[in-house]
Amino acid sequence: MLMKRVAFASTIALWAGGALACEIDARVNIIGNEFPAIQTVGAGATECTGAEVKKNLTADHKDIHVAGMQGDPAEYTSAIVANSTLTILMNDDLVRPLDDLVAKHGQGLQKSQLITVDGKVMAVAFMANAQHLMYRQDILAELGIEPPKTYEEMLAAAEIIREKGVMQNPIGGAYAAGWNLAQEFNNMFIGYGGTFFKEGSAEPNVNSEAGVQTLNMMKALTEYMNPDFLTHDSNATNAEYRAGNIALLNMWGSRAATQTTADGVTDEVKAGHAIAGPMTVGGGTIPASTLWWDGWTVAKNISDAEAEATFIAMMNGIRPELMQDAEVASQAVWLIDGYEPTDAAIGVFDAAKAGTVPYPMVPYMGLMHGAIGNELSDFLQGKESAEQALADIEAAYVTAAKEKGFLK
Amino acid sequence: MKHRTFFWFFLPTGLAMLLFIALPIVSVVIQSVFAPHEAVLKTVENCTPLVGCTTETTIDQDATRAIRDAQPLGRFVGLDIYFDRAHLAVAEVSEAWAASQSWGEFSSKLFNLPLYRALAFTLTFTFIVTPLLIIFGLMIALAVNSLHRHLKGFMIFFSLLPMIVTPLIGSLILFWMVDSRGVIGSALVALAGDPNFSLKASTGLTWVMLIVYGVWHSAPFAFVVFYAGLQTLPKDQLEAAQIDGASRWQQTKYVIIPHLMPLVTFVALIQLMDNFRVFEPVVGFNASAHATSLSWIIFNDLGGETRQLSAASATSVLTILGVAILLSPVLVRTWRDFKGK
Repeated sequence: MLMKRVAFASTIALWAGGALACEIDARVNIIGNEFPAIQTVGAGATECTGAEVKKNLTADHKDIHVAGMQGDPAEYTSAIVANSTLTILMNDDLVRPLDDLVAKHGQGLQKSQLITVDGKVMAVAFMANAQHLMYRQDILAELGIEPPKTYEEMLAAAEIIREKGVMQNPIGGAYAAGWNLAQEFNNMFIGYGGTFFKEGSAEPNVNSEAGVQTLNMMKALTEYMNPDFLTHDSNATNAEYRAGNIALLNMWGSRAATQTTADGVTDEVKAGHAIAGPMTVGGGTIPASTLWWDGWTVAKNISDAEAEATFIAMMNGIRPELMQDAEVASQAVWLIDGYEPTDAAIGVFDAAKAGTVPYPMVPYMGLMHGAIGNELSDFLQGKESAEQALADIEAAYVTAAKEKGFLK
Repeated sequence: MKHRTFFWFFLPTGLAMLLFIALPIVSVVIQSVFAPHEAVLKTVENCTPLVGCTTETTIDQDATRAIRDAQPLGRFVGLDIYFDRAHLAVAEVSEAWAASQSWGEFSSKLFNLPLYRALAFTLTFTFIVTPLLIIFGLMIALAVNSLHRHLKGFMIFFSLLPMIVTPLIGSLILFWMVDSRGVIGSALVALAGDPNFSLKASTGLTWVMLIVYGVWHSAPFAFVVFYAGLQTLPKDQLEAAQIDGASRWQQTKYVIIPHLMPLVTFVALIQLMDNFRVFEPVVGFNASAHATSLSWIIFNDLGGETRQLSAASATSVLTILGVAILLSPVLVRTWRDFKGK
């Protein structure tokens, strides 16, 4: 009963506070991924009054946002997207240019927040993200190991940890077959200096020396992973880390702050948790990681009034005052004016400083990502050679790209 | 029944079948012979935070819209998608056939192709699970039927549980149990005496796990049908058999099973169809690295960041054809019996 009253009171407080700042006159409906920073943005948008603001924040957003924005009028007036998903929505022409709305209501946005494609603002970014190293400094210090700066050092560190009998499988990684596994391939492939497509075309280019090196390094890493690695997505990998079963992992920066706050984290992990920038590989200088941003868009197939209301509501979700809240500030590496980086942000900032490249925003990257995710597991199980796996990836990609009209 | 009466009686069902079965199939077939238009690409400057501006390729929306408006269905590709690498892979299979020295080499090349790999698991699953679940269903039905009547209701409820549990939840529970840190997983590690032993990392054991799950989940269906059948057993025939001195096994073999045979056919039909479309366990067990099925391919094509509607439609049509082929022997026999009468 008390909880209910508190919840009610805070709802009233939020409502009263929002009413001063945000007034809209048309419906707003938001689709987006689900993690703490996006929850904050979504909650900020729903504080607006005058018309209904709905939100659907789910990990399965990728499966429904295209369908939900294809109709006319579109069900969702705004999609919260990242590099890869903005491309998907733009492929089907589902988001509108925001230049006029930015001019009218976009005071307080930093120039770096505006994602422009062909000179038109297509999305407003609010946070940056990258995968980088997380490690147990207590274990490394005890064995006299420096935090690894390269994947080769990570392998050496893992060997020492195993040899000393501290942990059997000290490395963690989101290697679940599908999207996660493909993303780890992308990181390593970029670290080895690989390019996914032949210059200026949609022809694949992964069956290369960089590709073979990438696969061999991934295979070497899996020797130090829980044998179930092909079923471990980033959630399962984090659970392993929180339980104190692994000491070194490449993990999303957006998870850095919550890594030690979840239920059931052991005290050793809480005390020993540390983060650092992404690692390089094979003597390269570009980190084996990709830089991401998360931002919001406004749907194309809606009325101008709804678009304006959506823009105002979303602006309320990313207003600079939110940065005063210490908990909100720790949730992500915000790109919003007034944000003071917290300790959890070191990894992502280091990634940007070290020259990490952004995740490719070409229209056929989604097909490449899918092909990699489906065709890699045979190699990691030792059922086929690296060359065969890479040839399979290219063949699967070419088949899909022909169907979608990217290749003839 | 008069033809006229039958017509009015059947009309609502017929309409519903047309609307919800025939039309979707027609639409899937149409979708599978059309593919999206060739993309008109252009190079533009993209600007993103922390990186600055880079040159990237994007789709020229104005040009694409013009082509789309002219031909909203897409470009006609005939059976191209059916024959591409993601489906029947005609070119790849003939190449593998020509280049292979032995059957082993050919089969390893064949099962490297997505559709054939999925078919290998799907057919293995179908042909192992279906007979097993019929046998288990019959055994449970006979056992429950011989119980004291006070116990029956209770046991029927328990036997039905696997079917009541949502497939995805059921598979997730088992998935967590067989995790290398789960109850069954740790027990297996202790039994195998190898700290790196993992059920989920082995293709063979993953198949076994999926098959065990399949039988566990579907046996109650067979049980319910057979149990209902047992309630209609001809008492006098059984008594006659007992008087003739037939053993319990002989009674089962010569009286009960022949009596239940039409039901066995029914269960086999339904389960062949269901098992050929195996899907939830592959997702629930996160098993796509070891076992894929036709339905999983459809799900994967639709669930990627870039949806491949034409590829998914073609696989759907192939699934329908596969079910038709599987059921044809049983259907032909049923038709002959009908004509015979």
